[in-house]
Amino acid sequence: MAKIKTTARYIRRSPYQALAAFVVMAATFFISGLFVLVAVGSNEVIKYFEARPQISAFFKDTAQNDQILALQKTITDTNLTSEVKFISKEDALKIYQDQNKNDPLLLELVTANILPASLDISTYNATDLEKISEILVKEEIIDEVVYQKDVVEKLTNWTRILRFGGVALVAFLTTVSVLIVFMVIGMRIAIRREEIKIMRLIGASNWYIKAPFIFEGILYGVVGALISSLVITMLVLYFSPEIAPFFTGIPIFPIPISVFLLLIGGQSLAGALIGTIGAQISLRRYLRI
Amino acid sequence: MIIFDQVSKKFPDGSIGLEEITLEIPDKDFVFLIGKSGAGKSTILKLINKELNFSSGEIKVNNFNLSKLKRSKVSKLRRDIGMVFQDFKLLNDRTVAENVAIALQVIGEKDSKIRQQVMETLDMVGIADKAKHFPSQLSGGEVQRTSIARAIIAKPSILLADEPTGDLDPGNSDLIIDLLENINKELGTTVIVATHDVPIVDKRQRRVIHLEKGKILSDKNKGKYGKD
Repeated sequence: MAKIKTTARYIRRSPYQALAAFVVMAATFFISGLFVLVAVGSNEVIKYFEARPQISAFFKDTAQNDQILALQKTITDTNLTSEVKFISKEDALKIYQDQNKNDPLLLELVTANILPASLDISTYNATDLEKISEILVKEEIIDEVVYQKDVVEKLTNWTRILRFGGVALVAFLTTVSVLIVFMVIGMRIAIRREEIKIMRLIGASNWYIKAPFIFEGILYGVVGALISSLVITMLVLYFSPEIAPFFTGIPIFPIPISVFLLLIGGQSLAGALIGTIGAQISLRRYLRI
Repeated sequence: MIIFDQVSKKFPDGSIGLEEITLEIPDKDFVFLIGKSGAGKSTILKLINKELNFSSGEIKVNNFNLSKLKRSKVSKLRRDIGMVFQDFKLLNDRTVAENVAIALQVIGEKDSKIRQQVMETLDMVGIADKAKHFPSQLSGGEVQRTSIARAIIAKPSILLADEPTGDLDPGNSDLIIDLLENINKELGTTVIVATHDVPIVDKRQRRVIHLEKGKILSDKNKGKYGKD
Protein backbone atom coordinates (compact mmCIF):
# COMPACT_ATOMS: atom_id res chain seq x y z
CA MET A 1 0.00 0.00 0.00
CA ALA A 2 2.84 2.38 0.93
CA LYS A 3 4.49 1.62 -2.42
CA ILE A 4 1.28 2.43 -4.33
CA LYS A 5 1.00 5.71 -2.40
CA THR A 6 4.58 6.48 -3.42
CA THR A 7 3.67 5.74 -7.06
CA ALA A 8 0.70 8.13 -6.81
CA ARG A 9 2.95 10.82 -5.33
CA TYR A 10 5.50 10.43 -8.16
CA ILE A 11 2.75 10.82 -10.79
CA ARG A 12 1.14 13.78 -8.99
CA ARG A 13 4.40 15.67 -8.89
CA SER A 14 5.02 15.56 -12.65
CA PRO A 15 1.66 14.86 -14.28
CA TYR A 16 2.62 15.90 -17.84
CA GLN A 17 5.19 13.12 -18.22
CA ALA A 18 2.55 10.69 -16.99
CA LEU A 19 0.01 12.11 -19.45
CA ALA A 20 2.47 11.67 -22.34
CA ALA A 21 3.00 8.03 -21.35
CA PHE A 22 -0.76 7.38 -21.09
CA VAL A 23 -1.40 8.96 -24.52
CA VAL A 24 1.36 7.03 -26.32
CA MET A 25 0.27 3.77 -24.68
CA ALA A 26 -3.37 4.39 -25.61
CA ALA A 27 -2.39 5.19 -29.24
CA THR A 28 -0.26 2.04 -29.46
CA PHE A 29 -3.02 -0.16 -28.15
CA PHE A 30 -5.66 1.54 -30.28
CA ILE A 31 -3.77 0.79 -33.50
CA SER A 32 -2.78 -2.69 -32.31
CA GLY A 33 -6.36 -3.43 -31.29
CA LEU A 34 -7.72 -2.37 -34.67
CA PHE A 35 -5.20 -4.58 -36.47
CA VAL A 36 -6.09 -7.54 -34.28
CA LEU A 37 -9.80 -7.07 -34.99
CA VAL A 38 -9.21 -6.69 -38.75
CA ALA A 39 -6.95 -9.77 -38.77
CA VAL A 40 -9.51 -11.85 -36.85
CA GLY A 41 -12.27 -10.55 -39.15
CA SER A 42 -10.39 -11.42 -42.33
CA ASN A 43 -9.71 -14.89 -40.98
CA GLU A 44 -13.43 -15.37 -40.53
CA VAL A 45 -14.04 -14.17 -44.10
CA ILE A 46 -11.46 -16.61 -45.46
CA LYS A 47 -12.90 -19.46 -43.39
CA TYR A 48 -16.34 -18.62 -44.76
CA PHE A 49 -15.16 -18.76 -48.36
CA GLU A 50 -13.09 -21.88 -47.77
CA ALA A 51 -16.08 -23.62 -46.19
CA ARG A 52 -18.31 -22.85 -49.19
CA PRO A 53 -18.38 -25.16 -52.25
CA GLN A 54 -15.27 -24.30 -54.17
CA ILE A 55 -16.47 -25.38 -57.60
CA SER A 56 -19.95 -25.11 -59.04
CA ALA A 57 -20.55 -27.01 -62.29
CA PHE A 58 -23.81 -26.04 -64.01
CA PHE A 59 -25.58 -28.63 -66.20
CA LYS A 60 -27.15 -28.06 -69.57
CA ASP A 61 -30.94 -28.49 -69.56
CA THR A 62 -30.45 -31.57 -71.72
CA ALA A 63 -28.47 -33.43 -69.10
CA GLN A 64 -30.07 -36.73 -68.03
CA ASN A 65 -30.18 -38.03 -64.48
CA ASP A 66 -28.02 -41.08 -65.22
CA GLN A 67 -25.38 -38.83 -66.89
CA ILE A 68 -25.38 -36.54 -63.84
CA LEU A 69 -25.01 -39.50 -61.45
CA ALA A 70 -22.19 -40.92 -63.54
CA LEU A 71 -20.34 -37.63 -63.48
CA GLN A 72 -20.92 -37.30 -59.71
CA LYS A 73 -19.36 -40.77 -59.28
CA THR A 74 -16.41 -39.90 -61.52
CA ILE A 75 -15.64 -36.81 -59.45
CA THR A 76 -16.06 -38.63 -56.13
CA ASP A 77 -13.77 -41.46 -57.31
CA THR A 78 -10.88 -39.02 -57.79
CA ASN A 79 -10.60 -39.01 -53.93
CA LEU A 80 -9.65 -35.35 -54.16
CA THR A 81 -13.01 -34.05 -53.00
CA SER A 82 -14.43 -33.60 -49.53
CA GLU A 83 -17.97 -33.10 -50.80
CA VAL A 84 -19.85 -33.51 -54.09
CA LYS A 85 -23.41 -32.31 -53.78
CA PHE A 86 -26.12 -32.32 -56.47
CA ILE A 87 -28.30 -29.18 -56.55
CA SER A 88 -31.48 -29.75 -58.54
CA LYS A 89 -33.38 -26.98 -60.32
CA GLU A 90 -35.84 -26.95 -57.37
CA ASP A 91 -33.00 -26.68 -54.85
CA ALA A 92 -31.51 -23.84 -56.88
CA LEU A 93 -34.86 -22.03 -56.78
CA LYS A 94 -35.03 -22.41 -52.98
CA ILE A 95 -31.53 -20.95 -52.65
CA TYR A 96 -32.43 -18.11 -55.01
CA GLN A 97 -35.62 -17.36 -53.07
CA ASP A 98 -33.75 -17.37 -49.80
CA GLN A 99 -31.11 -14.95 -51.08
CA ASN A 100 -33.71 -12.56 -52.56
CA LYS A 101 -36.50 -12.87 -50.01
CA ASN A 102 -36.56 -9.09 -49.57
CA ASP A 103 -37.11 -8.40 -53.27
CA PRO A 104 -40.56 -9.69 -54.37
CA LEU A 105 -40.08 -8.45 -57.95
CA LEU A 106 -37.06 -10.70 -58.49
CA LEU A 107 -38.91 -13.64 -56.94
CA GLU A 108 -41.83 -13.24 -59.34
CA LEU A 109 -39.64 -13.29 -62.42
CA VAL A 110 -37.83 -16.56 -61.70
CA THR A 111 -39.07 -20.15 -61.81
CA ALA A 112 -37.27 -23.44 -61.34
CA ASN A 113 -37.17 -24.03 -65.10
CA ILE A 114 -34.83 -21.17 -65.87
CA LEU A 115 -32.33 -22.10 -63.13
CA PRO A 116 -29.73 -24.77 -63.99
CA ALA A 117 -29.07 -27.84 -61.89
CA SER A 118 -25.49 -28.05 -60.65
CA LEU A 119 -22.85 -29.99 -58.73
CA ASP A 120 -21.28 -28.14 -55.78
CA ILE A 121 -17.84 -29.57 -55.13
CA SER A 122 -15.31 -28.96 -52.35
CA THR A 123 -11.74 -30.28 -52.45
CA TYR A 124 -9.38 -31.06 -49.58
CA ASN A 125 -6.64 -28.93 -51.17
CA ALA A 126 -7.09 -25.75 -53.16
CA THR A 127 -4.42 -27.02 -55.58
CA ASP A 128 -6.78 -29.82 -56.72
CA LEU A 129 -9.44 -27.37 -57.91
CA GLU A 130 -7.72 -27.09 -61.27
CA LYS A 131 -7.74 -30.90 -61.85
CA ILE A 132 -11.43 -31.22 -60.97
CA SER A 133 -12.24 -28.25 -63.18
CA GLU A 134 -10.41 -29.85 -66.14
CA ILE A 135 -12.50 -33.04 -65.78
CA LEU A 136 -15.73 -31.06 -65.65
CA VAL A 137 -15.18 -28.77 -68.65
CA LYS A 138 -14.60 -31.78 -70.91
CA GLU A 139 -18.08 -33.14 -70.14
CA GLU A 140 -20.77 -32.59 -72.80
CA ILE A 141 -23.52 -32.11 -70.22
CA ILE A 142 -21.68 -29.27 -68.43
CA ASP A 143 -22.62 -25.75 -69.46
CA GLU A 144 -20.34 -23.72 -67.18
CA VAL A 145 -17.76 -24.27 -64.41
CA VAL A 146 -17.27 -21.57 -61.77
CA TYR A 147 -14.72 -21.85 -59.00
CA GLN A 148 -13.58 -19.45 -56.29
CA LYS A 149 -9.93 -20.21 -56.32
CA ASP A 150 -9.09 -16.62 -57.18
CA VAL A 151 -11.29 -15.12 -54.48
CA VAL A 152 -9.77 -17.23 -51.71
CA GLU A 153 -6.23 -16.72 -53.03
CA LYS A 154 -6.65 -12.96 -53.23
CA LEU A 155 -8.16 -12.82 -49.76
CA THR A 156 -5.37 -14.97 -48.35
CA ASN A 157 -2.74 -12.75 -49.97
CA TRP A 158 -4.34 -9.58 -48.65
CA THR A 159 -4.65 -11.05 -45.17
CA ARG A 160 -1.01 -12.10 -45.28
CA ILE A 161 0.07 -8.58 -46.23
CA LEU A 162 -2.20 -7.13 -43.58
CA ARG A 163 -0.79 -9.48 -40.95
CA PHE A 164 2.85 -8.77 -41.81
CA GLY A 165 2.20 -5.03 -41.98
CA GLY A 166 0.21 -5.14 -38.76
CA VAL A 167 2.81 -7.17 -36.90
CA ALA A 168 5.58 -4.80 -38.08
CA LEU A 169 3.59 -1.70 -37.07
CA VAL A 170 2.56 -3.17 -33.72
CA ALA A 171 6.17 -4.21 -33.04
CA PHE A 172 7.34 -0.69 -33.86
CA LEU A 173 4.68 0.94 -31.65
CA THR A 174 5.39 -1.50 -28.83
CA THR A 175 9.07 -0.57 -28.98
CA VAL A 176 8.12 3.13 -28.89
CA SER A 177 5.88 2.47 -25.86
CA VAL A 178 8.64 0.61 -24.02
CA LEU A 179 11.00 3.51 -24.78
CA ILE A 180 8.48 6.08 -23.53
CA VAL A 181 8.04 4.20 -20.23
CA PHE A 182 11.82 3.81 -20.06
CA MET A 183 12.29 7.58 -20.52
CA VAL A 184 9.54 8.67 -18.13
CA ILE A 185 10.73 6.30 -15.40
CA GLY A 186 14.32 7.36 -16.14
CA MET A 187 13.37 11.01 -15.56
CA ARG A 188 11.60 10.08 -12.32
CA ILE A 189 14.70 8.22 -11.14
CA ALA A 190 16.89 11.22 -12.03
CA ILE A 191 14.61 13.56 -10.06
CA ARG A 192 14.51 11.13 -7.09
CA ARG A 193 18.19 10.14 -7.18
CA GLU A 194 19.00 11.74 -3.83
CA GLU A 195 15.92 10.28 -2.18
CA ILE A 196 16.76 6.81 -3.52
CA LYS A 197 20.34 7.14 -2.29
CA ILE A 198 19.13 8.06 1.20
CA MET A 199 16.63 5.21 1.22
CA ARG A 200 19.36 2.75 0.30
CA LEU A 201 21.62 4.08 3.04
CA ILE A 202 18.95 3.62 5.70
CA GLY A 203 18.21 0.04 4.72
CA ALA A 204 15.64 0.06 1.92
CA SER A 205 15.63 -3.21 -0.01
CA ASN A 206 15.95 -3.21 -3.79
CA TRP A 207 12.30 -4.21 -4.08
CA TYR A 208 11.21 -1.29 -1.88
CA ILE A 209 13.01 1.10 -4.22
CA LYS A 210 11.94 -0.63 -7.44
CA ALA A 211 8.29 -1.30 -6.65
CA PRO A 212 6.85 2.24 -7.06
CA PHE A 213 8.58 2.61 -10.46
CA ILE A 214 7.39 -0.80 -11.67
CA PHE A 215 3.84 -0.06 -10.47
CA GLU A 216 4.02 3.23 -12.36
CA GLY A 217 5.08 1.45 -15.57
CA ILE A 218 2.27 -1.10 -15.16
CA LEU A 219 -0.22 1.72 -14.55
CA TYR A 220 0.76 3.45 -17.82
CA GLY A 221 0.36 0.21 -19.75
CA VAL A 222 -2.91 -0.92 -18.19
CA VAL A 223 -4.62 2.51 -18.29
CA GLY A 224 -3.47 3.06 -21.90
CA ALA A 225 -4.79 -0.40 -22.85
CA LEU A 226 -8.12 0.15 -21.10
CA ILE A 227 -8.67 3.53 -22.77
CA SER A 228 -7.92 2.13 -26.24
CA SER A 229 -10.00 -1.04 -25.72
CA LEU A 230 -13.01 0.98 -24.60
CA VAL A 231 -12.67 3.41 -27.53
CA ILE A 232 -12.36 0.51 -30.02
CA THR A 233 -15.36 -1.25 -28.46
CA MET A 234 -17.50 1.89 -28.68
CA LEU A 235 -16.41 2.65 -32.27
CA VAL A 236 -17.05 -0.91 -33.47
CA LEU A 237 -20.46 -1.06 -31.80
CA TYR A 238 -21.38 2.36 -33.18
CA PHE A 239 -20.36 1.60 -36.78
CA SER A 240 -21.49 -2.07 -36.86
CA PRO A 241 -24.88 -1.28 -38.49
CA GLU A 242 -23.07 0.58 -41.31
CA ILE A 243 -20.41 -2.08 -41.92
CA ALA A 244 -22.52 -5.22 -41.46
CA PRO A 245 -24.29 -5.05 -44.92
CA PHE A 246 -20.90 -5.44 -46.66
CA PHE A 247 -20.55 -8.86 -45.02
CA THR A 248 -24.02 -10.27 -45.67
CA GLY A 249 -24.00 -14.01 -45.16
CA ILE A 250 -20.60 -14.02 -43.46
CA PRO A 251 -21.00 -14.68 -39.73
CA ILE A 252 -18.99 -11.70 -38.41
CA PHE A 253 -21.67 -9.31 -37.21
CA PRO A 254 -22.84 -8.85 -34.55
CA ILE A 255 -19.42 -9.27 -32.94
CA PRO A 256 -19.83 -11.38 -29.78
CA ILE A 257 -19.24 -9.59 -26.47
CA SER A 258 -16.59 -12.22 -25.63
CA VAL A 259 -14.38 -10.75 -28.39
CA PHE A 260 -14.45 -7.34 -26.69
CA LEU A 261 -13.78 -8.89 -23.28
CA LEU A 262 -10.81 -10.78 -24.77
CA LEU A 263 -9.57 -7.55 -26.35
CA ILE A 264 -9.77 -5.64 -23.04
CA GLY A 265 -8.17 -8.48 -21.06
CA GLY A 266 -5.46 -9.18 -23.62
CA GLN A 267 -4.53 -5.54 -24.10
CA SER A 268 -4.44 -4.93 -20.32
CA LEU A 269 -2.10 -7.88 -19.87
CA ALA A 270 0.09 -6.70 -22.74
CA GLY A 271 0.05 -3.17 -21.23
CA ALA A 272 1.18 -4.47 -17.85
CA LEU A 273 3.97 -6.42 -19.57
CA ILE A 274 5.16 -3.44 -21.64
CA GLY A 275 5.06 -1.17 -18.55
CA THR A 276 7.02 -3.67 -16.49
CA ILE A 277 9.64 -4.16 -19.22
CA GLY A 278 10.08 -0.38 -19.75
CA ALA A 279 10.39 0.29 -16.01
CA GLN A 280 12.73 -2.66 -15.48
CA ILE A 281 15.07 -1.55 -18.28
CA SER A 282 15.14 1.95 -16.79
CA LEU A 283 15.89 0.62 -13.29
CA ARG A 284 18.70 -1.55 -14.62
CA ARG A 285 20.13 1.31 -16.65
CA TYR A 286 19.94 4.03 -14.01
CA LEU A 287 19.99 2.20 -10.67
CA ARG A 288 21.61 -1.09 -11.63
CA ILE A 289 18.94 -3.05 -9.78
CA MET B 1 30.15 -6.24 18.14
CA ILE B 2 32.26 -4.65 15.43
CA ILE B 3 35.59 -6.21 14.48
CA PHE B 4 38.16 -4.78 12.05
CA ASP B 5 40.98 -7.21 11.28
CA GLN B 6 43.92 -5.83 9.29
CA VAL B 7 41.56 -3.71 7.21
CA SER B 8 42.97 -1.54 4.43
CA LYS B 9 41.13 0.76 2.09
CA LYS B 10 42.72 2.06 -1.06
CA PHE B 11 40.71 4.52 -3.17
CA PRO B 12 40.55 4.29 -6.98
CA ASP B 13 42.84 7.35 -7.30
CA GLY B 14 45.51 5.43 -5.38
CA SER B 15 45.23 7.34 -2.10
CA ILE B 16 45.20 5.34 1.13
CA GLY B 17 42.05 5.60 3.26
CA LEU B 18 42.95 3.04 5.90
CA GLU B 19 46.07 0.95 6.40
CA GLU B 20 45.85 -2.39 8.21
CA ILE B 21 43.48 -1.21 10.91
CA THR B 22 42.63 -3.68 13.64
CA LEU B 23 40.07 -2.77 16.29
CA GLU B 24 37.18 -4.22 18.24
CA ILE B 25 34.13 -2.33 19.47
CA PRO B 26 31.97 -4.34 21.86
CA ASP B 27 28.18 -4.00 22.11
CA LYS B 28 26.86 -0.92 23.96
CA ASP B 29 30.23 0.83 23.74
CA PHE B 30 30.48 4.60 23.15
CA VAL B 31 33.49 5.51 21.02
CA PHE B 32 34.91 8.72 19.61
CA LEU B 33 36.90 8.45 16.37
CA ILE B 34 39.13 11.49 16.22
CA GLY B 35 41.75 12.84 13.87
CA LYS B 36 42.32 15.47 11.24
CA SER B 37 40.40 15.62 7.98
CA GLY B 38 41.47 12.67 5.81
CA ALA B 39 42.62 10.62 8.82
CA GLY B 40 40.11 7.87 8.03
CA LYS B 41 37.28 8.55 10.51
CA SER B 42 34.46 8.76 7.94
CA THR B 43 36.01 5.88 5.99
CA ILE B 44 35.63 3.60 9.02
CA LEU B 45 31.96 4.58 9.40
CA LYS B 46 31.30 4.09 5.70
CA LEU B 47 32.96 0.67 5.77
CA ILE B 48 30.79 -0.40 8.72
CA ASN B 49 27.66 0.77 6.85
CA LYS B 50 28.94 -0.88 3.62
CA GLU B 51 28.79 2.45 1.83
CA LEU B 52 32.37 1.66 0.80
CA ASN B 53 34.09 -1.65 0.16
CA PHE B 54 37.45 -2.38 1.78
CA SER B 55 40.50 -3.47 -0.18
CA SER B 56 41.84 -6.14 2.20
CA GLY B 57 41.35 -7.59 5.67
CA GLU B 58 38.08 -8.59 7.30
CA ILE B 59 35.20 -6.70 8.91
CA LYS B 60 32.48 -8.26 11.04
CA VAL B 61 29.45 -6.27 12.14
CA ASN B 62 27.18 -8.21 14.50
CA ASN B 63 26.48 -11.42 12.58
CA PHE B 64 27.50 -10.05 9.19
CA ASN B 65 30.88 -10.84 7.64
CA LEU B 66 31.18 -7.89 5.28
CA SER B 67 33.70 -9.52 2.95
CA LYS B 68 31.14 -12.23 2.15
CA LEU B 69 28.02 -10.09 2.27
CA LYS B 70 26.00 -10.21 -0.96
CA ARG B 71 24.68 -6.94 -2.43
CA SER B 72 21.13 -8.13 -1.89
CA LYS B 73 21.79 -8.53 1.86
CA VAL B 74 23.28 -5.06 2.41
CA SER B 75 19.84 -3.64 3.25
CA LYS B 76 19.54 -6.14 6.11
CA LEU B 77 22.89 -4.99 7.54
CA ARG B 78 21.86 -1.34 7.27
CA ARG B 79 18.61 -1.95 9.10
CA ASP B 80 20.71 -2.81 12.15
CA ILE B 81 22.72 0.39 11.83
CA GLY B 82 21.50 3.96 12.31
CA MET B 83 23.54 6.58 10.49
CA VAL B 84 23.76 10.30 11.22
CA PHE B 85 25.32 11.80 8.13
CA GLN B 86 27.73 14.72 8.03
CA ASP B 87 25.41 16.46 5.53
CA PHE B 88 22.25 15.20 7.30
CA LYS B 89 20.74 13.74 4.10
CA LEU B 90 17.21 14.88 4.88
CA LEU B 91 14.58 15.23 2.16
CA ASN B 92 13.74 18.91 1.85
CA ASP B 93 10.28 18.31 0.39
CA ARG B 94 9.17 16.23 3.37
CA THR B 95 8.30 17.30 6.89
CA VAL B 96 10.35 16.33 9.92
CA ALA B 97 7.84 13.58 10.77
CA GLU B 98 7.92 12.24 7.19
CA ASN B 99 11.72 12.27 7.10
CA VAL B 100 11.87 10.28 10.31
CA ALA B 101 9.09 7.92 9.20
CA ILE B 102 11.07 6.82 6.12
CA ALA B 103 13.35 4.65 8.27
CA LEU B 104 10.33 2.59 9.36
CA GLN B 105 8.59 2.65 5.98
CA VAL B 106 11.57 1.00 4.28
CA ILE B 107 11.31 -1.94 6.68
CA GLY B 108 7.58 -2.30 6.03
CA GLU B 109 6.12 -1.15 9.36
CA LYS B 110 2.38 -0.41 9.52
CA ASP B 111 1.26 3.21 9.22
CA SER B 112 -0.36 3.27 12.67
CA LYS B 113 2.83 2.01 14.33
CA ILE B 114 4.93 4.46 12.32
CA ARG B 115 2.82 7.46 13.45
CA GLN B 116 3.08 6.47 17.08
CA GLN B 117 6.80 5.71 16.98
CA VAL B 118 7.64 8.91 15.06
CA MET B 119 6.04 11.04 17.76
CA GLU B 120 7.74 9.08 20.56
CA THR B 121 11.14 9.45 18.88
CA LEU B 122 10.70 13.14 18.09
CA ASP B 123 9.72 13.61 21.74
CA MET B 124 12.85 11.76 22.82
CA VAL B 125 15.14 13.99 20.73
CA GLY B 126 13.22 17.09 21.82
CA ILE B 127 11.63 18.29 18.58
CA ALA B 128 8.09 16.91 18.81
CA ASP B 129 6.73 20.42 18.26
CA LYS B 130 8.56 20.60 14.89
CA ALA B 131 6.95 17.47 13.43
CA LYS B 132 5.15 19.32 10.65
CA HIS B 133 8.03 21.66 9.80
CA PHE B 134 10.20 21.25 6.71
CA PRO B 135 14.01 20.99 7.11
CA SER B 136 14.44 24.49 5.67
CA GLN B 137 12.39 25.85 8.60
CA LEU B 138 14.66 24.30 11.25
CA SER B 139 17.80 25.49 13.06
CA GLY B 140 21.08 23.57 12.67
CA GLY B 141 20.55 21.77 15.97
CA GLU B 142 17.00 20.81 15.04
CA VAL B 143 18.12 19.47 11.67
CA GLN B 144 20.72 17.35 13.45
CA ARG B 145 18.11 16.08 15.93
CA THR B 146 15.85 15.15 13.02
CA SER B 147 18.73 13.23 11.51
CA ILE B 148 19.36 11.46 14.83
CA ALA B 149 15.66 10.67 15.23
CA ARG B 150 15.63 9.01 11.79
CA ALA B 151 18.77 7.04 12.70
CA ILE B 152 17.39 5.63 15.96
CA ILE B 153 13.68 5.18 15.24
CA ALA B 154 14.10 1.61 13.97
CA LYS B 155 16.03 0.78 17.18
CA PRO B 156 19.30 -0.24 15.53
CA SER B 157 21.98 -1.89 17.63
CA ILE B 158 24.65 0.44 16.23
CA LEU B 159 24.51 4.21 15.74
CA LEU B 160 27.16 5.86 13.58
CA ALA B 161 27.43 9.65 13.71
CA ASP B 162 29.70 11.44 11.25
CA GLU B 163 30.66 14.89 12.55
CA PRO B 164 27.30 15.37 14.29
CA THR B 165 28.40 18.65 15.83
CA GLY B 166 30.16 19.93 12.72
CA ASP B 167 28.08 23.04 12.08
CA LEU B 168 26.76 23.61 15.57
CA ASP B 169 27.66 26.13 18.28
CA PRO B 170 29.23 24.74 21.49
CA GLY B 171 25.93 24.79 23.38
CA ASN B 172 24.05 22.82 20.73
CA SER B 173 27.05 20.50 20.26
CA ASP B 174 26.90 19.58 23.92
CA LEU B 175 23.17 18.91 23.70
CA ILE B 176 23.62 16.63 20.68
CA ILE B 177 26.38 14.59 22.40
CA ASP B 178 24.20 14.45 25.54
CA LEU B 179 21.46 13.02 23.35
CA LEU B 180 23.81 10.41 21.83
CA GLU B 181 25.05 9.42 25.29
CA ASN B 182 21.47 9.12 26.44
CA ILE B 183 20.64 6.85 23.49
CA ASN B 184 23.70 4.74 24.36
CA LYS B 185 22.66 4.50 27.99
CA GLU B 186 18.88 4.16 27.65
CA LEU B 187 18.62 1.99 24.53
CA GLY B 188 21.92 0.11 24.87
CA THR B 189 22.92 1.20 21.37
CA THR B 190 26.59 1.01 20.37
CA VAL B 191 27.50 4.60 19.42
CA ILE B 192 30.47 5.58 17.28
CA VAL B 193 31.04 9.29 16.78
CA ALA B 194 33.54 10.61 14.24
CA THR B 195 34.53 14.14 15.23
CA HIS B 196 37.33 16.66 15.43
CA ASP B 197 35.55 18.69 18.09
CA VAL B 198 38.25 18.89 20.82
CA PRO B 199 36.16 20.21 23.79
CA ILE B 200 33.43 17.64 23.24
CA VAL B 201 35.87 14.73 23.34
CA ASP B 202 37.91 16.03 26.25
CA LYS B 203 34.83 16.67 28.37
CA ARG B 204 33.18 13.25 27.96
CA GLN B 205 35.98 10.90 29.08
CA ARG B 206 34.94 8.12 26.69
CA ARG B 207 36.90 5.61 24.63
CA VAL B 208 38.86 7.56 22.03
CA ILE B 209 40.43 6.07 18.90
CA HIS B 210 42.87 8.53 17.40
CA LEU B 211 43.52 8.12 13.68
CA GLU B 212 46.18 9.66 11.52
CA LYS B 213 46.78 9.05 7.81
CA GLY B 214 44.66 5.91 7.88
CA LYS B 215 46.39 4.34 10.90
CA ILE B 216 45.44 4.07 14.56
CA LEU B 217 47.66 6.37 16.54
CA SER B 218 46.12 5.50 19.91
CA ASP B 219 43.07 3.68 21.32
CA LYS B 220 42.35 4.59 24.96
CA ASN B 221 39.47 4.39 27.38
CA LYS B 222 38.62 7.74 28.99
CA GLY B 223 40.88 9.32 26.41
CA LYS B 224 41.32 12.92 25.40
CA TYR B 225 42.01 14.56 22.06
CA GLY B 226 45.55 13.31 21.70
CA LYS B 227 46.88 14.83 24.94
CA ASP B 228 46.08 12.21 27.56
